[in-house]
Amino acid sequence: MRTIHDIHGGIHPPERKALSRPGDLQNAPIPPVLVLPVRQHLGVPALPIVAVGDTVLGGQVLAEAQGVMSVPVHAPSSGTVVAIESRPIAHASGLADQCIVIQTDGEDHWLAFEGVTSWRERDPATLVERIREAGIAGLGGAGFPTAVKLSPGPTRPIETLLVNGTECEPYITADDTLMQCRADELVEGAHILAHILSADSILIGIEDNKPDAIARVQAAISRAGVDVELATFPTKYPSGGEKQIIEILTGQQVPSGGIPADIGIVCVNPGTAVATQQAIVDGKPLTHRIVTLTGEALAAPQNVTACLGTPITQLLEHAELSVDGQQRIIHGGPMMGFAVSDLNAPITKITNCLLAPTATELPLPDPAQPCIRCGHCAEACPASLLPQQLYWYARAKDQEQLAEHRLFDCIECGACAYVCPSQIPLVQYYRAAKGQIRDSEQEKRRSDNSRERFEARQARLEAETAAREAKRAARKAAAQSQAAENGSDPIQEAIERAKARKAEQEANP
Amino acid sequence: MLAMLSDQPLLAALTALLGLGATFGALLGFAAIRFRVEGNPISEQINALLPQTQCGQCGYPGCRPYSEAIADGDSINKCPPGGEETIQALADLLDVEPQPLDAEHGVEKEPVVAWIREDECIGCTKCIQACPVDAILGAAKVMHTVIADECTGCDLCIEPCPVDCIDLIPRKEGISFWHWSLPEDRASRYDVIATDAATRDAA
Repeated sequence: MRTIHDIHGGIHPPERKALSRPGDLQNAPIPPVLVLPVRQHLGVPALPIVAVGDTVLGGQVLAEAQGVMSVPVHAPSSGTVVAIESRPIAHASGLADQCIVIQTDGEDHWLAFEGVTSWRERDPATLVERIREAGIAGLGGAGFPTAVKLSPGPTRPIETLLVNGTECEPYITADDTLMQCRADELVEGAHILAHILSADSILIGIEDNKPDAIARVQAAISRAGVDVELATFPTKYPSGGEKQIIEILTGQQVPSGGIPADIGIVCVNPGTAVATQQAIVDGKPLTHRIVTLTGEALAAPQNVTACLGTPITQLLEHAELSVDGQQRIIHGGPMMGFAVSDLNAPITKITNCLLAPTATELPLPDPAQPCIRCGHCAEACPASLLPQQLYWYARAKDQEQLAEHRLFDCIECGACAYVCPSQIPLVQYYRAAKGQIRDSEQEKRRSDNSRERFEARQARLEAETAAREAKRAARKAAAQSQAAENGSDPIQEAIERAKARKAEQEANP
Repeated sequence: MLAMLSDQPLLAALTALLGLGATFGALLGFAAIRFRVEGNPISEQINALLPQTQCGQCGYPGCRPYSEAIADGDSINKCPPGGEETIQALADLLDVEPQPLDAEHGVEKEPVVAWIREDECIGCTKCIQACPVDAILGAAKVMHTVIADECTGCDLCIEPCPVDCIDLIPRKEGISFWHWSLPEDRASRYDVIATDAATRDAA
């Protein structure tokens, strides 16, 4: 039996998970229009390769990856491309981004896919390539390209593949449902990932508030007759943070500024493992995902498998949203999500939950009051940081001290803001400070580069001037030496010639 | 000698002081030559803080000349591309009071890059010669283009262009440049004293 470790801090907010009836999975209807952002992952946006007017089939590539930190986008159903333009997307900024818009034909015709059942005999590199081509990005919420995660490099040998089935955020039951309904695929997917990474062991970690998921995954493991360890641990927010679950299950801490691969662990979301299984065994690209539709403003909260690109309004209608009393729609969970500004925005690879709370259920925070230095935030912080100090330094924009206090180890879980009696939006301070620091680093790089280029240009111009001077001096010296040799001065001669010509012209006008 | 020194304490003191002065003077002189720093270290540090736009809005032909001028005592508020942030950083470095940006040299603007409308370009190479960071590509009578990643947005290429085909467009637009901004400071909205609200509303 594995020893379960505890992490520093953490909180126990009301879970409210039963609301969306985990384990019961429906298919959302295919919407008349699909809006597919070219950037649904972390990194470089994909490049559209279809044109307006093209007819596309389900599973067809719409936009291909540009470079390593990028994944392609596929059509989730058949139809016609009607626009490639800037559309509102679900993003905290409320800004628009480039999207490929498909009018679906309702026929749902698909390309034929070819899978690989004998993946154990395949070379990991070709499997990684397949995963990249299938457009898989981490389905847990960050959207990190999975193919990049699966290539930690020869300097980081991987011992353990960890499937993070914690889903610690209140309300969300997408992973819970997935583990209940797709347990066999999950176990096989985890095996494929472990094969790619040449990992020795596979560990699936599930929080103990999901007994059904635990039972189903355990059953799937026995059915497959394979060596997979299933570990359960007490419920606490945010145990599902990558660094937190690693500490809980192994007692090891990921070094500050490092990644789990540095200590021989790769951590994936169960959704990513299932998507991998489908990509390899069925050859199917990532075009659908499980989304939790929940909140008291919905008459029929549920989990659905929805086409990526389905507008948020459509899903909320499907879950029977009642408009009165409802105040905002949150993309993600109540702790780490953000309010969606335009409900025509589509769901993407990172949408695990759409939360429609009533005004009484999740009231808007009261205006922040001054910090009273109670220190509750430091007790709640799962990364053992000093949120209060970070808050003061973020306000003062003191980048040096923020770095000193390890701002970049903050996982933005919101535990500090949750316990804050003054309702200070602490996480927003940290996000803003991180953005400012990244900005100034980028500007610094730019200005260093410009300085180099400016100085190189100055040096070149000076060298050119010097070369011209040297040439002129050489010519002058040659002329003088000629004069000394022949006793005649070429300059004087030239002047004489010019004078003669002028006199001639004056004589014969 | 010793006898004379003990007879004349004044002379002894003078000799000792002169001796010490000469020794330490020689030591300092040696150190000044031996450990001499190349260039002006302060102007180097100032130059590292300037935005390197090389736009000349400060009145000097580039950031390095301005940094040298600051080191020689010029004011620190002549750099519009750097804006308040640079002034603050310079004030911290030089331990002087930050001053507001001198409007005579321009106002702080969003960062921009030059963009050549390519079908209008006649290939005169004038902008290429004007660019302080060699960020424009092209040759005589063929179209030119700006390497956006290298362009500092200094606007020195705008004036020489005979057909006015260069635009300055915002550099930081779109979702990839967005980041959270600090929450609005609502604490100031609290009216600790009831009359505060009345005075503020009247104002």
